[in-house]
Amino acid sequence: MPTVSMTVNGESVSSEVEPRTLLVQYLRENLGLTGTHVGCDTSQCGACVVHVNGKSAKSCTMLAVQAEGSEVSTIEGLADGDTLHPMQEAFRENHGLQCGFCTPGMVMSAIDLVQTNSDPSEHDVREWLEGNLCRCTGYHNIVKSILAGAKAMQG
Amino acid sequence: MYDFKYQLANSQDDAVSAQSSAEDGSFLAGGMTLIPTLKQRLAQPSDLVDLSGISDLIGVSAEGDSVTIGSMTTHAEVASSEIVSSKIPALAALAGNIGDPQVRNRGTIGGSIANNDPAADYPAACVALNATIITNNRKIPADNFFTGLFETALEDGELITAVTFPIPDKAAYAKFPNPASRYAIVGVMVAHTGGETRAAVTGASDSGVFRSSEIENALGDNLDSSAAKAVSISADGLNNDIHASSEYRAHLVSIMASRAATAAG
Amino acid sequence: MTETNIGAPIKRVEDKRFLTGRGRYTDDLNQPNQLYACILRSPHAHANLKKVDVSQAKAAPGVIDIFTGSDMAADEVGSLPCGWQIHSKDGSPMHEPGHPPMAVTKVRHVGDQVAIVIAETKSQARDALDIIEVDYEVLPAAINMDEALSGKALVHDDVPNNMCFDWEIGDKEATENSFSDAHKVVSIELVNNRLIPNAMEPRAAVAQYDPSNGNYTLHTTTQNPHVIRLLMGAFVLQIPEHKLRIISHDVGGGFGSKIFHYAEEAILTWASAKVSQPIKWTAERSESFVTDAHGRDHETKAELALDKDGKFLGLRVSTKANIGAYLSTFGSSVPTYLYGTLLAGVYKTPAIYCEVKTVFTNTVPVDAYRGAGRPECTYLLERLVNKAAKETGIDPVEIRRINMIQPDQFPYQTPVALQYDVGDYPRAFETALKASDYEGFSSRRKSSEDNGKKRGIGISTYIEACGIAPSAVAGALGARAGLYESAQVRVHPTGSVTLYTGTHNHGQGHETTFAQIVSDTLGVSIDQVEVSHGDTGEVQFGMGTYGSRSLAVGGPAVLKACNKIIEKSKKIAAHILEASVDDIDFKDGVYSISGTDRELAFGEVSLAAYVPHNYPIEELEPGLDENAFYDPLNFSFPAGCHICEVEIDPETGEVEITDFTAVDDIGRVINPMIVEGQVQGGLAQGIGQALMEGCVYDNEGQLLTGSYMDYTMPRADNLPNLNVSTESVLGASNPLEVKGVGEVGSIGAPPAVINAILDALSSLGVEDISMPASPSKVWQAIHNAQ
Repeated sequence: MPTVSMTVNGESVSSEVEPRTLLVQYLRENLGLTGTHVGCDTSQCGACVVHVNGKSAKSCTMLAVQAEGSEVSTIEGLADGDTLHPMQEAFRENHGLQCGFCTPGMVMSAIDLVQTNSDPSEHDVREWLEGNLCRCTGYHNIVKSILAGAKAMQG
Repeated sequence: MYDFKYQLANSQDDAVSAQSSAEDGSFLAGGMTLIPTLKQRLAQPSDLVDLSGISDLIGVSAEGDSVTIGSMTTHAEVASSEIVSSKIPALAALAGNIGDPQVRNRGTIGGSIANNDPAADYPAACVALNATIITNNRKIPADNFFTGLFETALEDGELITAVTFPIPDKAAYAKFPNPASRYAIVGVMVAHTGGETRAAVTGASDSGVFRSSEIENALGDNLDSSAAKAVSISADGLNNDIHASSEYRAHLVSIMASRAATAAG
Repeated sequence: MTETNIGAPIKRVEDKRFLTGRGRYTDDLNQPNQLYACILRSPHAHANLKKVDVSQAKAAPGVIDIFTGSDMAADEVGSLPCGWQIHSKDGSPMHEPGHPPMAVTKVRHVGDQVAIVIAETKSQARDALDIIEVDYEVLPAAINMDEALSGKALVHDDVPNNMCFDWEIGDKEATENSFSDAHKVVSIELVNNRLIPNAMEPRAAVAQYDPSNGNYTLHTTTQNPHVIRLLMGAFVLQIPEHKLRIISHDVGGGFGSKIFHYAEEAILTWASAKVSQPIKWTAERSESFVTDAHGRDHETKAELALDKDGKFLGLRVSTKANIGAYLSTFGSSVPTYLYGTLLAGVYKTPAIYCEVKTVFTNTVPVDAYRGAGRPECTYLLERLVNKAAKETGIDPVEIRRINMIQPDQFPYQTPVALQYDVGDYPRAFETALKASDYEGFSSRRKSSEDNGKKRGIGISTYIEACGIAPSAVAGALGARAGLYESAQVRVHPTGSVTLYTGTHNHGQGHETTFAQIVSDTLGVSIDQVEVSHGDTGEVQFGMGTYGSRSLAVGGPAVLKACNKIIEKSKKIAAHILEASVDDIDFKDGVYSISGTDRELAFGEVSLAAYVPHNYPIEELEPGLDENAFYDPLNFSFPAGCHICEVEIDPETGEVEITDFTAVDDIGRVINPMIVEGQVQGGLAQGIGQALMEGCVYDNEGQLLTGSYMDYTMPRADNLPNLNVSTESVLGASNPLEVKGVGEVGSIGAPPAVINAILDALSSLGVEDISMPASPSKVWQAIHNAQ
């Protein structure tokens, strides 16, 4: 089995994995980072979104070996101790989550949006979320959260 | 997923030799189609040869009246490229509307056209812009490259290295997405380049991208949008599925062509 | 009002763990020595299972064991039970064919369980599935209902014509008479499209058997762990309750689909004893599509009789309801008592008759999905009312006004069994008309027309019955369970509180809402309250969460338990203060002697309960821990009005929802932030049903919409901002005066959307469109009308 090494949430990790191991499996099963979820098998729901070298990626559509040498960050790495990341805080303030299953992917995707477009409009947010499904919220409060989170990230 | 061997290639030669020495090797570009296919056990390659380590396959350059895009350049990189945005804004816009942001962050132009999904966007751009697909051993005009459903002129072990797009006078792409998958139900790229008008249609036919001479004739040199709208396309041979009948697709070809023409200005 | 009181929009206490990736969903859990299971499923809709050969697969790398339906049958494993017995018109009980967790002789839908592979890794289990050899004798399949009712292909050999039951409600004769007196009869035929629930978390289970004591533990993605314990323990595996613990911590959405007792739960629990190691199974999304119970799927013909002034005289409804291949847990109650009983809607229709033929087909079982029966009812009624408006020439607003039950008519006895307790339907209706600027619609229509678009506005009113139900009433109607709820309030020695509720939180915010009730009632701050749910080993009992029942039935149980705490603690306070208990006031967490400044804090009294040195020990036990069960007096009846405005591109058939207004009467609001979120989420599912979602089978029973590539889920860019508000009349059927909010959106939205589309397209001659009104369907309707 090949060995894969990467940095996850700032820590170096290295393991032997089958080549067919998906990045999301590696995070969940090898590293115990179960905040990244799997909601579909056709790469559409976005519950598995993490950042790879600073860009959002679906960790269910990437092999762990493809992340060799990469910097991966997951929902578990966002908060600074007890202080939530401004985007996490915005979701809490604006009731941007219900069951919480899609939430990690939504938050990771939203942060990438703001890194790409620091002042997104409501339309930009709705378009950006094409790859993230939520069944609970009707997106109304997710959009509101991301707009507030974008402002907070600038401040 | 079935098990397979994985290799990260460091050069084009490395990639080609690794693929050819494998029992049934596949190149792995961005993996946006290949990995879902493997997950569903619809393919069982013995080896995956990862191209992401080959730096000379990535990047955009302009030379004379054309723009060349390395095959491992992602959709997001094409969409945000200053060169593409200034020389062929229609292509930047098309790339910026492929899939979702995460697909655009990893999916590549080479991977997309090598796969030739009948509802993908890039094939329409390649054909309408009369692009040339450059491989490790030849140059293939787009007109000869896309040969059928998920089929291309690529030979086993042949590697796309770049795509060269002539800079058009005017071009635009209009897509009507499948409500579920967001792939094109019908996408039409229209372009006027050096006195020639081309209209390439994706999504509509199960044999993949095609040029519509009726639309091209109607568009003429001025890309006349109302004339395109008035064209009645035959539904024969067009896809018919739970999302769209062949008649609806035929109708959308004219409408999307007309909208693309309007957008091209 | 303090910031944590009832009525305050306080932020959710459960959010932090979800936002930091520390939720505890079933697939996140692992046990020492855990094995992994994959399930072999039928690729055929209907086939005899001639031979299942697992010998080669058993020898595959990592495989521990493989079991089939025959192995379960040999252990006398029972059938998955149905929780509600319906009787046909002729008095005969419904057909209840067996539902083995794994198929024994026959598979009856694509996705039906055939074998379970247990291996050391998930990949090994999945690899071994491919080498199990199954000899299927493929049989003709019954897919659509008419075909099934012809009886050519029998899903169950002992169910003639595949008819599970033929049910009726209402006064047939009175209804016939109303039609003979009618000035006008309006009729409609429509389909309520089959939906796939698609909670974002796929189902999962981890089962564990402890051979040292014979105890089983099952972690599973359920909305009602105690119900699963009862159904699986008593009916399927014969495991007594004290030996079976069901745990369901965080669940990633349910919408009804996680109410039911699923085969995999029984298979895993049974197999965990066979292999004496924990086993984990997690559905792939493609498995969810073919195994999670589907929703809706009705075909209905309805007729409305009107007098010359447009008043409704009678309603006659004939429905065929698809129940799938097997009776799911509540499959029989959905197209009957959750459907036919609501046909009065908010209108004074004096005579109603409804008959429902429920049909087995070779498709996934159909059961409750958000709204369950009530969306089907509301859709037909509000489509019919709009059609009546059109055919009589009375404005759609006016025809509703003249037929609406008035506020002075409560309690209102409908002709279909229910008695509405309280409400003010005109108030929500008029508020919604104002909030949507209904008056200003024509100028908006004009500006759309100027841009080549078609614009329409559509109204829907609805009523629903939730907080199901008084147990005695439900029992008389065929329910095989009680429908009360339970709560335990445990005050700890220092005055902090743990609430154990039998309801289940899978996104509804109970950890916050219920903590608000406790905080408000006992006067302790909300951070001193912890809500525990989802574990039969911790929570005394419960019936779970469905049918918008948690607050309406579970909430009063919490209140009742808190009141028992107050009653007892006042006696303790009276003893310490040396006063009569009648003189003790309790307010905001402080006990005082009326009219004096002598008082004790909540914490002081709770400490005394556990350190009973100065204590009325002869009349009172130590401790402060109270249990309550609450059985409701009646259903509660949320109602409201939804108004949708659409703009349609006639060239492509694309429908854009430009505005959506919902005004709902949900009774007392505990947390308005959570309430708005519930309505918004329900609306998205209702709009999804109207515009996007539809389950399609081909004639052989293959699911054509088996992934997100083909089943259209609403995404962020499909929806507008939603204009949501409440116009509440306090509930009269429970002491919290609440009604329920979880389902209102999915009930009210679909007919509002379709009525708006038909309004937009009426100038083009389009008179009907079916759900989902996809661009292709809308374009086709326009095309056909021209």
